[in-house]
Amino acid sequence: MNTVGRPTAPAQTNDFVHPTLTGARGLLQDEALIFELGGWDKTGVDLPSADRPADDLDGLLRTDPIGLPGLSEPEAVRHYVRLSQKNHAIDLALYPLGSCTMKHNPRLNEKMARLPGFSDIHPLQPVSTVQGALELMDRLAHWLKTLTGMPAVAMTPKAGAHGELCGLLAIKAAHEANGQGHRKTVLCPTSAHGTNPATAAFVGYSVVEIAQTEDGRVDLADLASKLGPDVAAIMVTNPNTCGLFERDIVEIARLTHAAGAYFYCDGANFNAIVGRVRPGDLGVDAMHINLHKTFSTPHGGGGPGAGPVVLSEALAAFAPAPWVVSHGDGFALVEEQVGEAAAAFGRMSAFHGQMGMFVRAYAYMRSHGADGLRQVAEDAVLNANYIKASLGDLMSPAFPDGPCMHEALFDDAWLEGTGVTTLDFAKAMIDEGFHPMTMYFPLVVHGAMLIEPTETESKQELDRFVHALRLLAQAAKAGEVDRFKGAPFHAPLRRLDETLAARKPKLRWRAE
Amino acid sequence: MRYLPLTPDDRAEMLSAIGVSSVDDLFVDVPASARRTGFVDLPRVAGELEVERELAALSARNVAAGSVPFFVGAGAYRHHVPATVDHIIQRSEFLTSYTPYQPEIAQGTLQVLFEFQTQVAALTGMEVANASLYDGSTATAEAVMMAKRVTKRNRAVMSGGVHPHYVATTETLAHAEGMDVTALPAAVDAEDAVIEAIDAGVACVVVQTPNVFGTATDVTKIAEAAHAAGALLIVVTTEAMSFGLLKSPGEMGADIAVAEGQSIGNALNFGGPYVGLFACREKLVRQAPGRLCGETVDADGRRGFVLTLSTREQHIRRDKATSNICTNSGLCALAFSIHMSLLGETGLRQVAALNHQRARELKAALEGVKGVEVLTPRFFNEFAVKLAKPAAQVVQSLADRGVLGGVPYSRLAPAAGLDDVLLVAATETVTGEDIAAFQAALTEVMA
Repeated sequence: MNTVGRPTAPAQTNDFVHPTLTGARGLLQDEALIFELGGWDKTGVDLPSADRPADDLDGLLRTDPIGLPGLSEPEAVRHYVRLSQKNHAIDLALYPLGSCTMKHNPRLNEKMARLPGFSDIHPLQPVSTVQGALELMDRLAHWLKTLTGMPAVAMTPKAGAHGELCGLLAIKAAHEANGQGHRKTVLCPTSAHGTNPATAAFVGYSVVEIAQTEDGRVDLADLASKLGPDVAAIMVTNPNTCGLFERDIVEIARLTHAAGAYFYCDGANFNAIVGRVRPGDLGVDAMHINLHKTFSTPHGGGGPGAGPVVLSEALAAFAPAPWVVSHGDGFALVEEQVGEAAAAFGRMSAFHGQMGMFVRAYAYMRSHGADGLRQVAEDAVLNANYIKASLGDLMSPAFPDGPCMHEALFDDAWLEGTGVTTLDFAKAMIDEGFHPMTMYFPLVVHGAMLIEPTETESKQELDRFVHALRLLAQAAKAGEVDRFKGAPFHAPLRRLDETLAARKPKLRWRAE
Repeated sequence: MRYLPLTPDDRAEMLSAIGVSSVDDLFVDVPASARRTGFVDLPRVAGELEVERELAALSARNVAAGSVPFFVGAGAYRHHVPATVDHIIQRSEFLTSYTPYQPEIAQGTLQVLFEFQTQVAALTGMEVANASLYDGSTATAEAVMMAKRVTKRNRAVMSGGVHPHYVATTETLAHAEGMDVTALPAAVDAEDAVIEAIDAGVACVVVQTPNVFGTATDVTKIAEAAHAAGALLIVVTTEAMSFGLLKSPGEMGADIAVAEGQSIGNALNFGGPYVGLFACREKLVRQAPGRLCGETVDADGRRGFVLTLSTREQHIRRDKATSNICTNSGLCALAFSIHMSLLGETGLRQVAALNHQRARELKAALEGVKGVEVLTPRFFNEFAVKLAKPAAQVVQSLADRGVLGGVPYSRLAPAAGLDDVLLVAATETVTGEDIAAFQAALTEVMA
């Protein structure tokens, strides 16, 4: 999750770093754009020339310059390596983005995904030539169903939000099949991820918010008052975006079903309970699983993700094509909405899903096993509670009573009177070598700071992080406002003018 | 477990710092009925060696494209990707970073996205492009939804040359949105037929070039007809390498150009992850889906990049957003951009010309086979042939002979009545020996 819709304008320069003459700073190089570096007639590949002209394509040929510079291989390598050094990464330090789950990405998974039998096969090869790939998908589906206690899974959604779309489309199809197509409302808590209401609206539902209780959970009375014959579904994240388990989850499911609606669970935080709690036991009808969160496929600077959706018996028949079926002697793909797939609501994308992510997630699950996955949830929750306990005296936990799950949520009450905002505090963390936590989300907590350490942090790294935050908190309380207002001072760039970027959008390079 | 750093002593010390006696005390909010003791019924922890063995065995049961004469396309293409690409995308700072929400420490990713957007705009001949979508099919569906927002009209017309899976993906979303889709019957060379279906209620017409049968079409006249009726023209391309040889969507009057970008920088991966390219006219950009990266300055006046126009997006606008998209296809876009930078315009034109030449060589070889008739009049690197036998059966017989000989159209659209149509593609990776092997195997199968 993020914060950036809140545009930041740069504060006044506080230039205590002596500027260099060239703009470079030690290992950090200023790097031009490829359009400024590259040659219009240069290339970094050696290819034979075609030996006959395309004389059969009169009038269709591209004759004007395209505007694409080329780089030789050494220039290309240097360009991208220099750029890479301007990025924070989980491989560098704890990356506490709450709700995003930045955990270690095992390199074995990368190696496995590049086996030619997975990376170099075409989605439309005859199924007889991809039996191993189909079996892998089938095994992954089995693990997902077993871990969630759900009878079916749709594998094709390409990210979490795409999974939400898939789940709601299945719900919509089920209602239509049951003569309940008139249901037009989806209920979401105020603390929901933005994707939940966006997805509901995208499929034509109107969104009504459910209030939250003082202790950060769904307000059951408010939910009960809003459930009715027009409600198609509720969308509830569990553990929720405040990092808390919904204690009344079973009752929420019961009330929802009693009203004839379906229970969509946002599974973004499944990593907190995997191996300890099965969503199927809670009454969930559909839940997406972000393979790039719980099962550690890399975030890659913003995707690709993968968002398989587990489904209850009530929704299973409406899952989108294609899917894998196993016969006695092998595997096949159901690709069309006929026969056993007649009720399928349609198709989410051109092919069978994010195979590259499936291989990585399966390698991750297989490595952990049932015992390791349970330990994942326990250590993730332990680490978050350790952070909450270690900072609770200086910062203000939003929900101090009782344990949190995999993330620790603070509000900004403790910053009152310091002149430092959540944003300033986060930017100062950058100077201390850490990526900021998720800020200003969930919206229900003032100046929210949502810290998710994940299970792949050692106690030493947690202590290093806690030490840095304690020093910063003490500095804020001691009135060192300049340290925060102008931060970051030590990052590749100072605060960026997001207001300017939005007011005069410059979305591509153009020749001056 | 090798990925979990905490020791039993660490855990004990941390529990004590928290003030609880066991980890179970941290799960007290879980209803008693749902608390599971013991492990789920799945295998236990496994070492690298064990996992590698299992996955290598599964991998070995697939026929890798590089190991056989290979002519499969229909929306995903096998091209040679320089070694540099895969090396760079595995750098920690690209592989293990999140969406660039903190621009001060994400300039690497952001500058790449800005360069990517510029490259995509140039390739498609459009004014601006976004930072990628999931793939070409979802990009097509998003484009149609965008046309609805822009025109406030409720019907899309899709040509009979659009990939059937793209049509199905679009119809699925359109149905949910309450939008009508008129999908014209499959036709090898009839993109122009959409013109007759345009009326004042049409939000957009969607055409594909080269289309699913490989036919390349100048869609300028379609653009004129669409614009005259106040509709948008959406041009779909499933083979991005064709931008190096054929007139771009922008040059032909497209309002939105969408494409599957897999061909550049990305492996076949059995269908995903891929990278959806999305470009449009600048005046429409506030209705566009997905992430946009823009240039700005930092507090010291230095050039930098940020995600921008996010008031279109779900995390700000919630139920009023232009799309529910959160993740894009960042790492695939990086791979695309590196490959594109290495090619440059010179390399792109060369590789595109080579693709075209290989496909013409393939055409010449297959035309001589009895029971084979080439249907596609003008093509880039893929064309359709009509066979005297059911294409699905022919493809299976070819596979049995060690040749992956294309995609039967019936696999994409069983109800289209085109069971005798086979789609075959040839890229720069295909050799003269491969073509000879295909020709020989097909001659046997058709005999």
